[in-house]
Amino acid sequence: MKRRALWSTALIAPLALYGCGSAAAPDSSGGGGDTLVVWDWKSGDATTESYIEQAKADFAERRPGVEVEFVAQPFDQYYNLLGTAIQSGEGPDVMLFNGGGQLRDRTDALVPLEDYLAEDMERLAGWEAFSDGGHVYAAPVTLQGHPLYYNKALYEQAGLDPEAPAATWEEFLADCAQIEEATGADCFAMGNKEGYGIQFFLSGLGPGVLTAQEYDAWIAGDRDWTSPGVKRIFELWVEAEQAGLNNDGVNSTAMFNDEFALFDGGEAAHVIGLMSDVGHWKEFGEFLDPADVGVMPAPLVDPDATPFLPYDGGIGYGVAEWTEDPELAADLVRSLTSTAALEAFYADAGAIASDTTIDASGAGPAAAAIVAAIPTGRPALHVALSAETLELMGRLSQQLLSGSATVDDALGQLAASDQAG
Amino acid sequence: MPIGSPPPPAGPAAAGPAGASAPAAAPRAARGPRRGAGGRFPRSERLAPYLLVAPAVLVIAVFRLYPLALGVNFSFTGDGDRNGRAVGWDNYAALFADPLFIASMRNVGLLVLLLPVAVAIPGALATFLYLRVPGHRVYRSVYFFPAVLSPVIIGAIFNLLLAFDGPVNALLGAVGAGPVDWLGDPGVAMFAVVGVHIWATFGMSLVVFLAGFATLDASLIDAARVDGASLPGVVRHVIFPGLSRTIQFVFVTTMIGMLTSMFGLLYVMTGGGPEGSTYLPEYYIWFQQGQMGRPALASAASTVLFGLMLVVGTAQIAVLRRVGRED
Repeated sequence: MKRRALWSTALIAPLALYGCGSAAAPDSSGGGGDTLVVWDWKSGDATTESYIEQAKADFAERRPGVEVEFVAQPFDQYYNLLGTAIQSGEGPDVMLFNGGGQLRDRTDALVPLEDYLAEDMERLAGWEAFSDGGHVYAAPVTLQGHPLYYNKALYEQAGLDPEAPAATWEEFLADCAQIEEATGADCFAMGNKEGYGIQFFLSGLGPGVLTAQEYDAWIAGDRDWTSPGVKRIFELWVEAEQAGLNNDGVNSTAMFNDEFALFDGGEAAHVIGLMSDVGHWKEFGEFLDPADVGVMPAPLVDPDATPFLPYDGGIGYGVAEWTEDPELAADLVRSLTSTAALEAFYADAGAIASDTTIDASGAGPAAAAIVAAIPTGRPALHVALSAETLELMGRLSQQLLSGSATVDDALGQLAASDQAG
Repeated sequence: MPIGSPPPPAGPAAAGPAGASAPAAAPRAARGPRRGAGGRFPRSERLAPYLLVAPAVLVIAVFRLYPLALGVNFSFTGDGDRNGRAVGWDNYAALFADPLFIASMRNVGLLVLLLPVAVAIPGALATFLYLRVPGHRVYRSVYFFPAVLSPVIIGAIFNLLLAFDGPVNALLGAVGAGPVDWLGDPGVAMFAVVGVHIWATFGMSLVVFLAGFATLDASLIDAARVDGASLPGVVRHVIFPGLSRTIQFVFVTTMIGMLTSMFGLLYVMTGGGPEGSTYLPEYYIWFQQGQMGRPALASAASTVLFGLMLVVGTAQIAVLRRVGRED
């Protein structure tokens, strides 16, 4: 009996220490001396090889003799690893971030860069996603946004002018009806299996629904989920499905990449896509003729709205607060966002780079239209939301399509989640 | 510490070498008093049993019990801003307030309800094979075929087959039935995934059933047939009782398989959707840990799943023990 009691004690003892330690454990670190360590999830891709080379060459000119080591982390674990590095106060000197929440959650661990990067402020776009409380914490590399792409060939087949897409929602619906009758193609390619469809819908069409005032308030964090404008966007989400604008089986169609495949295959006339990485002008241009891929502003639902391109800084490099020489690390960030490097990124990886001086006219009308819209663009609506709220929005959007939730019900839940987070 | 009551396996191991090396002191009768006065054993002999079980105990302690305790421990810490701080039962409260977790537990209940189907299918097919229906040799290998495919491949295949504009719906359309959104309708998706899981794994159970049939006394079936028993009669009164142990075994292993190995299919086929209708606890754990960055909440969910598996495991041991007694 005594022995058993002893064993049990030994086994249970660790449990008595419950609530100690942390569920996220520290991980490896690097940097020191004349070596700068960069963490990212891109440098392992073959398409970014020339970008890294250009950046390294630029940095070698700026700071001869300083080594740079790129450590490519798996993206699905990236922020976990980064979080533990931040916790332990040691890790990479320079690190890649997605713009928005992922960066803002970690500004404590970053060096404000506005003084080091003053010269680049004009040349690069997308700073907003990497700024917080008046400070800039990272330099944008690419821009990510949600243009409304359309298939010009289908417009032509339906007897519409491909260079004059609809400006208002009514015209848009009429065009879609005409396209469907003439070609059998759906109005929208829509995939909401992962719950991303609603995010793109909200950000892609939101600029045509919300007034400038409502839009600014939303981005600033003052979100009124019951306002007529916001409600209208979610009603449109339901109406588009009920009116048969979408392809069949939206909730079982994956956005990546079944939705984009529908657009690629000419089975749908419009798709709300991306600007960089995947589901974008370059990818569509490989299946359709690049000249047939058009980009149109969001059709106006509210005549008071002024549509613009919804985009944010996509990815950008920041400097860790624990680095020995912040100026040295900031110089590396400048090299990583130099025009030559970004040009290579744009050309090889198929991304809209943050550098506004890059000439994109050779990449087809879609890329040119996107680049032209960058100066007037605003941050996308869904990027302002927390991961929890986005996940909930995905689930609710599926319920809205299947009719098991009402718009008011969904907005109530989203407001509660948004305020809690 | 004296060897007052050594664990059963260690006793003979310690006594063995002693008996062999000292033949003069061998008489068994002398053992009793010797054991009582343990002090007379050399130290090395007293430690030998502990040494011998040490590797096994260490492996269990280091690789099983310690991580388990650590996981339970983490379930009482916070996530994000509260990382590393004790938060009491907050994670468990959050868990049971989360409709996704509740849905995943409800789906576990659904799996239990579907269990008889998952056992009956390989059972019935094995019966047909045993009764040598025409072509049984071909079927035997064909039935096992899906069991060698990885869940990812199976999921990808069925994603294509069950797509809204896929071949299954085309077939349904050809016979005049309306299309079914197999993976997009929350009322259908879970059944679709479980159906695919059963299809993918029944080959293993089938083999177990066939092994059970091999032990069945053929003369009993012959006798029943001579007595004019019908096929259902033979199945019900001869095959069923003769296979009771096999059936129990398949029940337990199928249940565990459903609870622990559907992740791959869920990941590929539905990603937990639509509307969160196909979450299972293990998928929920992965989602909270890997996607939402909430490892402590995931630890709490793991602890609940562990409790659940403990109940299933205990039931399994009870069943196997009862089966053992029947032998």
